[in-house]
Amino acid sequence: MGMTLTEKILANKSGNSSVKPGDIIFAQVDLSMATDIASPITIQVFEELNRDKVFDPNKIALVNDHLTPAKDIAAAGFSKMMREFAKKYGIKHYYEVGRSGISHVILPDDGLVAPGDIIVGADSHSTTYGAFGCFGTGMGATDIACVWAEGEVWLRVPETIKIEFKGKLPKYVIGKDLVLIVCRDLGMEGGTYKALEYCGETVENMTMEDRLTLTNMAIEAGAKNGVIKADDTTMKYLEGRLQRDDYQIFESDDDAEYHSVLEYDISDLEPQVALPFLPSNVKPISEVEPRKVDQVMIGSCTNGRYSDFELVAEVLGDKKFSKDIRTIISPATTEIYNKMIKSGLSLKFSEAGAAITTPGCGACIGAHLGVMGDKEVGVFTTNRNFPGRTGSRTAEVYLTNPAVAAATAITGRITDPRKLD
Amino acid sequence: MLRGKIHKYDVDNIDTDRIIPARHCITVDPEKLAAHCLEDLDPEFASKVKEGEILVVGENFGCGSSRENAPIAIKGAGISAVVAKSFARIFYRNSINIGLPIFESPEAVNEIKKDDIVSLDITTGKIMIESSKKEFNSAPFPQMMQDIIAAGGMVNYLKNKHS
Repeated sequence: MGMTLTEKILANKSGNSSVKPGDIIFAQVDLSMATDIASPITIQVFEELNRDKVFDPNKIALVNDHLTPAKDIAAAGFSKMMREFAKKYGIKHYYEVGRSGISHVILPDDGLVAPGDIIVGADSHSTTYGAFGCFGTGMGATDIACVWAEGEVWLRVPETIKIEFKGKLPKYVIGKDLVLIVCRDLGMEGGTYKALEYCGETVENMTMEDRLTLTNMAIEAGAKNGVIKADDTTMKYLEGRLQRDDYQIFESDDDAEYHSVLEYDISDLEPQVALPFLPSNVKPISEVEPRKVDQVMIGSCTNGRYSDFELVAEVLGDKKFSKDIRTIISPATTEIYNKMIKSGLSLKFSEAGAAITTPGCGACIGAHLGVMGDKEVGVFTTNRNFPGRTGSRTAEVYLTNPAVAAATAITGRITDPRKLD
Repeated sequence: MLRGKIHKYDVDNIDTDRIIPARHCITVDPEKLAAHCLEDLDPEFASKVKEGEILVVGENFGCGSSRENAPIAIKGAGISAVVAKSFARIFYRNSINIGLPIFESPEAVNEIKKDDIVSLDITTGKIMIESSKKEFNSAPFPQMMQDIIAAGGMVNYLKNKHS
């Protein structure tokens, strides 16, 4: 019997010729990541283990992204703890504010993610990395601390759900809209303990940025990982970034066994919206009431890449953002931020009335840089809209792609970008 | 054997943001985390829970973020175990790792009533409701997880492995 892409990666990294769903394996870890909000507990657990060194200081990344620049004294203390740990153990990939960004965007952009790798992060959106044909999954502090000590992790081999897209992406429909319909159909736990493997002609023709959104939100269906086989698009993206050649490209065998298969023709798909309070509560934009909003937030590990802001600029044209609302733009990394300055996008957005923040996760997690107040309504390009996620538990958040968010920011109401053309 | 009064919230998809919002996660102190545990679901929760009581919840409990603060906050609030219709994957793993016993049984959750006293057997996964005398079996843990539970959590498991 053949193996799926995920099974092949796990077999290779655990020294097995083959694995099957349900097997418990110990796999070598190529990169282990923790953020400023997760690393303090991870560091505490690591210290309980009484090790004098980490398994490999070149295979750990510590990223200031959730609370940076320090939002308060406690956050400054968290960041300090991570900074001192990085120094003490010689952690090579430590990201300080000013050179940092959202982990899931900055690590691949810095060449730390390669096809065939096993990447575990103390953040649930570590599924994102799978867009590069590797295995990426989120774990808690204790698991990550044990990886820092041992360099390996135990995993139960997941069954794979194959998700096949065909058709050409319509205007203002991007990866976000595709993953939202997957969340709608699988529900919040349809992917639990499973791998989501995205494939089909639409995925093959997709940009890396769009693919990254597909794997990013695999966790919203409860999945263990999201994965897309590496191809020319992948390698072209990594060109000049990836500094190593010991990676391996795998693909699913024709006779691989899947848990189930979902097939979509997206030729006529509309932009999609996840209504409060679940990422699976998804409707096409034409069925969503044009509610007045208080804040639009464009950014996050889901949709804070340069291409997302190009899309915003396309919708914006010569218009301005509404004076009645707050428009917040968060580039995902310093590199993207600088590119926006150089290309003039930052000035364009700022002159249109948007606030541009330091790269990071702030508003998405309701920590800072755009927290939602009581009974406010928001349109976010992020990944979660649970009660209290972005601030007040009575705030209502709609999740959309950046084109819908931009159109909404222009009119002040939830708006279909196709109607502004 | 664990025995305690239950707190039941038959709500599905109680995510980690509702268990402990990110804004309250900037501490490593379990007591400070516990003070805000489940406050967006029930603002009274932290003040009414007594040591050793049992949390009973719906499907996909602990979905969302990977924050280990979530099971730490629940344990810190005094909860001795969680019985759910089902758990999200990362929360499940985190709970085992920090030594918070968890039991999965939709049937048990449906049968458990307000103010019930429930007994839980960690080794067999048996769930017993005192008032109705009904018994249920939790889905069994994979062997690897049983070994971690037997060691009292992942840290001890690793320490034992190297001793």
